[in-house]
Amino acid sequence: MNDHTPIIEARGLSIEYQIGRAWLNALHDVSLTIYPNEIHGLVGESGSGKSTLALALMRYLANNARVSAGSILFDGTDITHTPPDRMRHIWGSQIALVPQDALASLNPSYTIGEQIAEIGRLHLHMNANIALSRGIEMLRRVKLADPESVAARYPHQLSGGMQQRVTIAMALFTQPRLLILDEPTTALDVTTQAVIVDLFRELIRDTGAAALYVSHDLGLIAQLCDRVTVLYGGEVMASAPVQDVFKRPVHPYTISLLASLPRPVNPTSGMETRLPTIDGVAPSLAGRPHACVFAPRCPAAIEICHDEKPALESINGEHMVRCHRWREIVAGSLVIDTSPTLIQLDAQPEGGKVLDADHLSKTFRAGSMFGRLTGRDGIRAVDDVSIHINQRSTLGLVGESGSGKTTLARLVVGLETTDDGDMHLLTAPLNPNADSRSRDELRHLQMIFQNPNDAMNPFMCVGETLARTLKRLAPEPLTTDQIDARITELLQAVRLPADYATRYPSELSGGEKQRVAIARAFAANPALVVADEPTSALDVSVQSVILNLLKDLRRQQGASYLFISHDLKAVAYLADWIAVMYLGEIVEEGTAEHVYTPPYHPYTEALISAIPVPDPTIRSKQIRLQGDPPSARDIPTGCRFHTRCPRKIGAICETDTPPYQDAGDGHFIRCHIPVEQLALLQHDSPNPILESQA
Amino acid sequence: MIRYVLRRLALLAITLLITSAVVFALTQLLPGDVARLILGREARPEAVAALREDLGLNLPILQQYTDWLTGFVTGDWGRSFISGSPPIRPLVMERLGNSLRLAALTLMISVPLSVFLGVIAGLNENRFIDNAISVVTLSVVGLPEFVTGLVLINVFALGLGWFPASATAPPDASIGDWIRQLILPAITATFVLMAYIVRMTRAGVIDELKKPYVRTATLKGLPRRTVIVKHVLRNALLPTITVVALSFGWLIGGLIVIENVFSYPGLGRLMTNAVERKDIPLMQAVVMVVIFFFAIANLIADVLYALLNPRIRLD
Repeated sequence: MNDHTPIIEARGLSIEYQIGRAWLNALHDVSLTIYPNEIHGLVGESGSGKSTLALALMRYLANNARVSAGSILFDGTDITHTPPDRMRHIWGSQIALVPQDALASLNPSYTIGEQIAEIGRLHLHMNANIALSRGIEMLRRVKLADPESVAARYPHQLSGGMQQRVTIAMALFTQPRLLILDEPTTALDVTTQAVIVDLFRELIRDTGAAALYVSHDLGLIAQLCDRVTVLYGGEVMASAPVQDVFKRPVHPYTISLLASLPRPVNPTSGMETRLPTIDGVAPSLAGRPHACVFAPRCPAAIEICHDEKPALESINGEHMVRCHRWREIVAGSLVIDTSPTLIQLDAQPEGGKVLDADHLSKTFRAGSMFGRLTGRDGIRAVDDVSIHINQRSTLGLVGESGSGKTTLARLVVGLETTDDGDMHLLTAPLNPNADSRSRDELRHLQMIFQNPNDAMNPFMCVGETLARTLKRLAPEPLTTDQIDARITELLQAVRLPADYATRYPSELSGGEKQRVAIARAFAANPALVVADEPTSALDVSVQSVILNLLKDLRRQQGASYLFISHDLKAVAYLADWIAVMYLGEIVEEGTAEHVYTPPYHPYTEALISAIPVPDPTIRSKQIRLQGDPPSARDIPTGCRFHTRCPRKIGAICETDTPPYQDAGDGHFIRCHIPVEQLALLQHDSPNPILESQA
Repeated sequence: MIRYVLRRLALLAITLLITSAVVFALTQLLPGDVARLILGREARPEAVAALREDLGLNLPILQQYTDWLTGFVTGDWGRSFISGSPPIRPLVMERLGNSLRLAALTLMISVPLSVFLGVIAGLNENRFIDNAISVVTLSVVGLPEFVTGLVLINVFALGLGWFPASATAPPDASIGDWIRQLILPAITATFVLMAYIVRMTRAGVIDELKKPYVRTATLKGLPRRTVIVKHVLRNALLPTITVVALSFGWLIGGLIVIENVFSYPGLGRLMTNAVERKDIPLMQAVVMVVIFFFAIANLIADVLYALLNPRIRLD
């Protein structure tokens, strides 16, 4: 045990929100302790109360919230009922927050310099000049290049990664004793996230502060934290040192959650795998079970779990768990099945080509007349890209934001018109513009969007949404009875009860909405479904459900996917062919095994290395890409990746276009380094995607 | 930013050109022969024909328009049809001066008052004070101006005798004098404007208070006052600028009822007189002046908005 006093401590904390006239429990009996020099991870899905808890530890409550039981101690002092005008001497000086959405968390009307210097003037009583120069020093400390110029700029003029660094610099200005980090990297690319997380680790160790790191990303928590608390339905399910949570999980929720993480699985041929999933949805604030909150979704729930609330008990002094059956799990007499399901694939004839897209290019011209006339300001989003998709197969497209992967998808579905190149759908020429595509072409090419909330008309119930697609796209007109029958069939296919046809989007959870979006895409038997980040807006426990569903539909309907994601593991799970994009160009393509194992393109290598492994015993290798990708307005000469490449070999990378080297079996790498040499350079590196299977 | 202003100026010129064509075309659609209108029903046909020739009414319509437009731009606004046919420009300019004075005083009263009430309402969303401000401002705007105007005259002019019942503001009057003269019509106009500005400010404050940067400012440890005044209001008041600019346009040309109630010689009354007498050149001139100020006020509002908003200024 730690001998010094904790910096922050919550004891049996319960917080209620007033919704209408009722007071609803957001947090129930939560205890949590963080010592100096400790990074405490807080994991939970949306609605679990993790943000409420994070802010409550700062004694920052919403207007309609109140502490109904328990206490909060900061540095041994009870702050449970300290009013905001007394807390403000602690806020920003001894406790600081690094928020989730950096852009929205900075005032759009003041320069970065002013917003950071404000803290120095307020808490350290510095004069304006000293505060500003200290602020610039802080910006340098978070490794922002050219901090003077950053200080003179406004938030909207910085990239997402830079904005996040600014919020970190602001939080660290006064050397606070406690840092609350509320999903600070969720909105960033994995490559940027990796760099920022390194920075946290370094800065937190330097200052000796205590930190609470809130995240839904189990990998990140495993890599960064010393101790982890798992929150579900406003209650602590488990709290333990990071090794225990990930290597010896005891709570059924933790066990199931870890098992459901997407990862590549390679069964014997003719078989397909399905990830284990957690059934059901997380309870809403008003609908929390009175007994064990996880019982309705728990694979091990028995009668007592539905009748009585389990207590938070200690297994060995360090590992706390709230479960009626933990003794059986620890003893090994209760085993929760976490192995993937194997599914026999029917023998199917070799499918033909679904999509052939050759030499597609798209340059966006900026809006100004001047720019259009002079041909300046063009953004080359997609540059001479060819992709091919076979029947019943999936092409996975990966890359950072700005790599052109979404534009490529929009070109395929015709939402943007290509400048150059041609496309064939089922071997027939495909009109580049969706507006002039035939009913059949539209029917065959469907899209699933990232955010199901924005993709549905809020005034149409599920049945109407599906009926509309059926009426517009079915090959021959359907009768009302046929449409109703088909709607029931579709809902069944996406595992929703038939009575969901009369529900409106606002009555559905995020995962349910995405299932409706998938049902809509499959309504008229498409040949190719383009899915743009279909799981990234969803909770961890729901992602695997959606990925499994996509696999099932591929098998049953014989459809193909163009699957776009920044989540390399989800891509590895679903796709049999993978293309890696960088600045509008495919830099590597091949089967999943080829792309994810050496030799690979240095960019792929960096992407893979940036993925946090959900296993605290595996440290991914430290390949970090510095800076943001260059703008597509101003593409580097030679190899496009040379400005950030950790394996750059010399001037040739800056001047000559690299060859698209054939590494065998359709595996191509666009690099000056010969394939054999890449294999030698990379052979000893651990691979976080493949090794996390265990 | 300079390019932005230049582009807006070009757009302003185009707007004025199009509205001038519309104004001209509309006046052409008015029934009746202008020459006969001027000379009266008893006039001999030869005299009417001679006047038509004299006024250029026989020229092709396009040439009439370009003649009128060049005249207008170069300062020759023609003569009024009313007896004595006085030149139009000095007449309109005098009335414009009166209207501008009334508009200025109204804005000086209504903007600070409404913004203050709007901020108070927004900071106390759905509490008693917010509801009270809403009820009062909305009831006042619901009353027609001739009612509020007459009540003010009855109480403060006829009853207490503090201010004159009819407003006249000669250009040579002292500042104190013209404020005394104009205060009652200005308050009447304020009653109309207040509800809009209060609503807009209130909505702006409520919107901004919900944004994460306000939480950032609070958790920096800034006093609540600084959070509100420095961080929230800086952003919340931006949309109000546009409402104020639109109000200014209305104050210049739209105060027809108020000017009549207080028998104040502003542009609104001049316009009604021109319409009543079918005084077409005068009508055209007044409408063009009002449109010009409307457009200018909008331009200033947009430029001000951009200047205060780095997201537009530095785009």
